[in-house]
Amino acid sequence: MIRLEKRPTPSRTWVAVTPVLAVLLTMIAGGLMFWALGKNPFEAIRTIFWDPLFNEQFAAYSRPQLLVKAGPLILIAIGLSLGFRAGIWNIGAEGQYIMGAIAGAAVGLYFYPEPGWHIFPLMVAAGLVGGMLWGLIPGLLKVWFGTNEILVSLLLVYVAESLLAAMAIGKMKNPDGGGFPGSRNFAKYEASANPELIAGTGMHLGVVTAFIAVIAAYVLLQRHMLGYNIRLTGQAPRAARFSGVSPAALVLICMGASGALAGMAGLFEVTGPGGQISIDFASGYGFTAVIVALLGRLNPIGILLAGLLLALTYIGGELAQFMLSLPKASIQAFQGMLLFFLLALDLLSNYRIRLARREVAR
Amino acid sequence: MNLSAIDFWILTASLIVASTPILLAGLGELVVERAGVLNLGVEGMMITGAIAGFATAVHSGSPLIGFAGGAAAGAAMSLIFAVLTQYLLANQMATGLALTLFGLGFSALVGQGYVGAKPPMMGKLDLGPLSDIPGFGVAFFRHDLMVYLSFAAVVAIWYFLSRTRAGLVLRAVGENHDAAHALGYKVVRIRILAIMFGGAMAGLGGAYLSLIRVPLWTEGMTSGAGWIAVALVVFASWKPGRLLLGAWIFGGITVLQLNLQVAGVQIPTEYLSMSPYLITILVLVVMSAMGGRKAKGAPGALGRSFHATH
Repeated sequence: MIRLEKRPTPSRTWVAVTPVLAVLLTMIAGGLMFWALGKNPFEAIRTIFWDPLFNEQFAAYSRPQLLVKAGPLILIAIGLSLGFRAGIWNIGAEGQYIMGAIAGAAVGLYFYPEPGWHIFPLMVAAGLVGGMLWGLIPGLLKVWFGTNEILVSLLLVYVAESLLAAMAIGKMKNPDGGGFPGSRNFAKYEASANPELIAGTGMHLGVVTAFIAVIAAYVLLQRHMLGYNIRLTGQAPRAARFSGVSPAALVLICMGASGALAGMAGLFEVTGPGGQISIDFASGYGFTAVIVALLGRLNPIGILLAGLLLALTYIGGELAQFMLSLPKASIQAFQGMLLFFLLALDLLSNYRIRLARREVAR
Repeated sequence: MNLSAIDFWILTASLIVASTPILLAGLGELVVERAGVLNLGVEGMMITGAIAGFATAVHSGSPLIGFAGGAAAGAAMSLIFAVLTQYLLANQMATGLALTLFGLGFSALVGQGYVGAKPPMMGKLDLGPLSDIPGFGVAFFRHDLMVYLSFAAVVAIWYFLSRTRAGLVLRAVGENHDAAHALGYKVVRIRILAIMFGGAMAGLGGAYLSLIRVPLWTEGMTSGAGWIAVALVVFASWKPGRLLLGAWIFGGITVLQLNLQVAGVQIPTEYLSMSPYLITILVLVVMSAMGGRKAKGAPGALGRSFHATH
């Protein structure tokens, strides 16, 4: 009979190995899923994981896309990982991402068509504040009333999506757009544009910010008292309380910070690759970032790598949509599967598996 | 604006139809949570049930077989959750979320060929003279079989939880799994059965959406209904009767909001469609404010993994 024995601390080896193992298992299971749907599994996996980087025909377009997609994923996931470490589950990053974009866009449209170097920084600040305030709603409700932050942050995603649609066809609609829904194009308005910094790399300010966030989070968690308190609260909430950590303050800091980073990600997206506030502006980065954070083991370096990998699945998914006529959402099924395997394999990090004879009551 | 076009009894009838999906899914989640398991994958199981029910109904030509298919698919999805959380001791919140992401993607993948298809229609039950009562009959006695089954499920689950020995055991497992284990109850087995029941109910709720309420298949058509069902369980303080009340309130808001849109109220549609989510948040806040730190009536072992050391 198989018996599980809890490890006193998670095995470091398994914590590092399981994400890689989970990816491999997902490729196999995903291949089987595509095979069951009547597609060639090897072709599907190659299209998703290999062609975006190495296919002669597509790589020139898709390689820069890697950073474009990884930027927001990493930026959002870094914020989420702080809360997840402390046991605070912000699942509504998608909504905070949208609200950051809307708040930043409002500032940009206010100044249109003035030139000025100050406009873009103001938009970034607005995006940050917009996302932060949206993230603070579930935070404050949790602190004041003990309301479940998972449900509230998630329900607020649907509210934000409705607001996005209202903005795209109402208040923010481009007056020169010929009646089509969607705002003015921020990428084409010089004072608000967030262009590629080095041509052909996909590197824009949002990606730079994401890298800075990775370093900042690393320093915070390793060297700063706040980071220590976050880790302590996650591992031993009672001990943290006795050592003087205020749970309420921590909830607000984590929700506010993750909201702010998600809001900034939204702003960089709407001024750069996205270009405008439109009904389909939200592309699920906020949800995928949850997987990025968990796959990266809530570790900043791990999140960086996981963000790049899931960005690859995004691009590969688009390619598969185009080449193999797989629906766009199939990549979401793939990502969900990845999370299943990761969670299943976590058992190996937290428990020892022992083979033992059935014990008899004495 | 013309509000006189809104007839109270017809509104009530459509309220019942609108509330049935979240009532079914909510009842399932209620039993799951009473067994001490927090499954946040209701949205994913609902949407899987919606496409599976739709597809089986289209192929078999029978909506009833469609509902069976939806329930089976929901239960199959929940089995993934059950294995991960009960045997592999995975975090329940993360697993539930994974189930939702997977369900949304998988259903879109499977449903590719069903966009635009027409499902077979489900007839209304003929209740004879009852259906002819003016007003009241229109509201309550002109529905399809599933509506009455969902009412029966409310009573059956109430009876099961509060009046039967098996229900008592299930609640014991949910309140304190260590004590239940010490008494010799099979905690894991009971929880897996509860999780599968919850999956089947969520699948039924999803199938009701795609076969009767809409009735069409579109990607992501549940649009948060599963999450509202989870919130509803908190609102109901884990009691089936209050869940019915809650489902009607939310169904009422949804229907009223749609009617206001049709009546041409001077508020853009997008703002009106926020209302069910905002009201849900408001309800959650009120419930948690009243219950203090711990929500009123929450099972003691809710969301905690059980690992038998002996």
